Amino acid sequence: MIIAVPVDEMEKTSPVCISFGRAPFYLIFDDEKKTFDYFDNNSAFNAQGGAGIKAAQSLVDRNVDVVITYRCGENASKVLGGKAKIYKAENANAKMNIEMFIAGNLQLLNKVSPGLHGHAQQSGK
Amino acid sequence: MKLAVLSGKGGTGKTFISVNLVNSAENANYYDCDVEEPNGDLFFKSKLLQELPVKVKMPNFDKEKCNACHECVEACTFNALALIGKDMLLFEDVCHSCGVCTLVCKQKAITEVDKEVGIIQVGEFGNSKIVTGKLNMGQSSGVPVISGVLDLIEEDKLNVIDCPPGSACSVVESTQKADYCLIVAEPTSFGFHNFKMVEQLAKVLNKPFAVVVNKAESKNNMISAYCKKNDIKVLETFFFNRKIAQDNSRGEICTSFDNKMKDRFVSLLESIKDDWQRSLK
Amino acid sequence: MKKILILSGKGGTGKTTVAASLIEYLNSKTIADCDVDAPNLHLILKVKDPKEKDFIGSQKAFIDVDKCISCGECAEKCRFDAIHPFEGSYKVDEISCEGCSLCSLVCPVSAVSFYDDKSGTLQKYTGTYDFSTACLKLGRGNSGKLVSEVKRNMIIAETEEYAVLDGSPGIGCPVIASISGVDWVLLVAEPTLSGFSDLKRIVTTAKAFELKMGLCVNKADINMEITNEIIDYCKDEGVYYLGLIPYDKTVLKALKSSKLIIDIPCEAGNALRNVFKEFKQVLENEK
Repeated sequence: MIIAVPVDEMEKTSPVCISFGRAPFYLIFDDEKKTFDYFDNNSAFNAQGGAGIKAAQSLVDRNVDVVITYRCGENASKVLGGKAKIYKAENANAKMNIEMFIAGNLQLLNKVSPGLHGHAQQSGK
Repeated sequence: MKLAVLSGKGGTGKTFISVNLVNSAENANYYDCDVEEPNGDLFFKSKLLQELPVKVKMPNFDKEKCNACHECVEACTFNALALIGKDMLLFEDVCHSCGVCTLVCKQKAITEVDKEVGIIQVGEFGNSKIVTGKLNMGQSSGVPVISGVLDLIEEDKLNVIDCPPGSACSVVESTQKADYCLIVAEPTSFGFHNFKMVEQLAKVLNKPFAVVVNKAESKNNMISAYCKKNDIKVLETFFFNRKIAQDNSRGEICTSFDNKMKDRFVSLLESIKDDWQRSLK
Repeated sequence: MKKILILSGKGGTGKTTVAASLIEYLNSKTIADCDVDAPNLHLILKVKDPKEKDFIGSQKAFIDVDKCISCGECAEKCRFDAIHPFEGSYKVDEISCEGCSLCSLVCPVSAVSFYDDKSGTLQKYTGTYDFSTACLKLGRGNSGKLVSEVKRNMIIAETEEYAVLDGSPGIGCPVIASISGVDWVLLVAEPTLSGFSDLKRIVTTAKAFELKMGLCVNKADINMEITNEIIDYCKDEGVYYLGLIPYDKTVLKALKSSKLIIDIPCEAGNALRNVFKEFKQVLENEK
């Protein structure tokens, strides 16, 4: 299983980034190989628009199965769609969030933020 | 003549000035380019003649022809496309209708279809056409709607263009084709700050312009002082008037029943025409 | 820590004026001005010497005149009418260009390149306040992206109770960008037909996000009929009605000199204090 967490710095103990699309980096954890890696999200970070979509596309291209994040826009969640499940991050660093997920202590993110253009779509409520 | 009325700051009285100019003129049309929140017709309450949808082009994907090469996704500057396996996702609200994806697709799997992003309402008020652009909620750019509104300009009339607030792309689109700009300014510290921004915009767009001061307490105010120092004409000063504010709040056009105000607006129209003629020489 | 955003729908209802007084009332030190198109809050807060950073909104096209063969393909194909003949060659209008790169794709001689467009300036004031703001360059778009950057530049101290964000008018990109992640919206309404009409649009837009809304009616006595309609509207929409502020000529004087309304002993100042008192109560009850 491949788990991705948006982070502010390339450190396992980095706080989880409050933004999904414009996170500077993603911490990528491979549950089978037990390896940590980083993905530089600069193309989405600097995008003039559609940052969430771009970031989500990059994660899908890396075969990510799980994303742990505070928020996720509706466009990005559509891209992640059937490929990756989105879990709500807790107030702890990235590595701790991954550990909490593996222990089964994280909840699915069931509220997606409306896109930049205001369309609301609340799943799971 | 195409007269753009702009202000920089919101709430200075662009619509108040625009509506009353049209009402006081003999042969004028009104164009509401504040397509996010058009308000002019609340005053005219015009008789609706027609509604014209505003459309932009959106890509349409032929799944049979698509070989999932990813090129269109990479080429899209706006990140409006995502490819999940062989499924193409288009995010319409992010798409800027630039046509690049259609061009880059080597499989010719992308064609273009129309999408409605707003509507233009054309109404009648006396001998004036009242044209209102309305952007659908959720659309990213008002520019196509503004462009559609201005396409309906009639050359032989006085065309008063009520611009959106600010100085961003929608203001530029509304002002670009104008012959003359009337800047409405309010003498408060915010009003002054934003007035300078639109003054700069008028200069950058190379438009002749003059100023109307609104909601003033006295003829000598920070706007008039700045204009005097910088050789900018102040064509009229409207003092804050509670009764006018109240009438305005109810959607009433003051020049319809206040003869003094009507005279002032007729005079203002003359000053604008004169100044414009002078600038042409 | 609660993030409070001030919005209005229609421009000119008094957002920034109210925001500045709210900042003082709540003793908030973390502030942002999200009205990047026409920022004004810095005028009242009397801050100076900001740290500035260029904001790159997008890329824009540039035609190399030496390579250009004046075939006109770029101008013909450009969807944004951004390319026009110029001195025997073609020139890209930097205001209309959206950086889509279609021109470079159709150019037979690769005469088109792209440069980072400095679309604005980010500003950060430190000292009394942690104040993040920005100014969008004339004629630019990408205000949503700039607002997101302004918000990212806010450093919210652990001990801070309230952060106040001054919003922009309208319902477009900069407004939506400012709403996301915020806890409360304080709406400043004005009792005019236009004001009420625009208020409804902003409430509809904001309701799509899960946040709480409070509302005050400014210049309320200009039209008590519409003021009352707005109060009823609040009830219907689940917006907390916090009170009204009468039109007060003293305020005009204050606006000329960038003074805070709640610091002036006048009707409007007192009414505003009461609105804030009510708001603070609501904020504390919601905890």
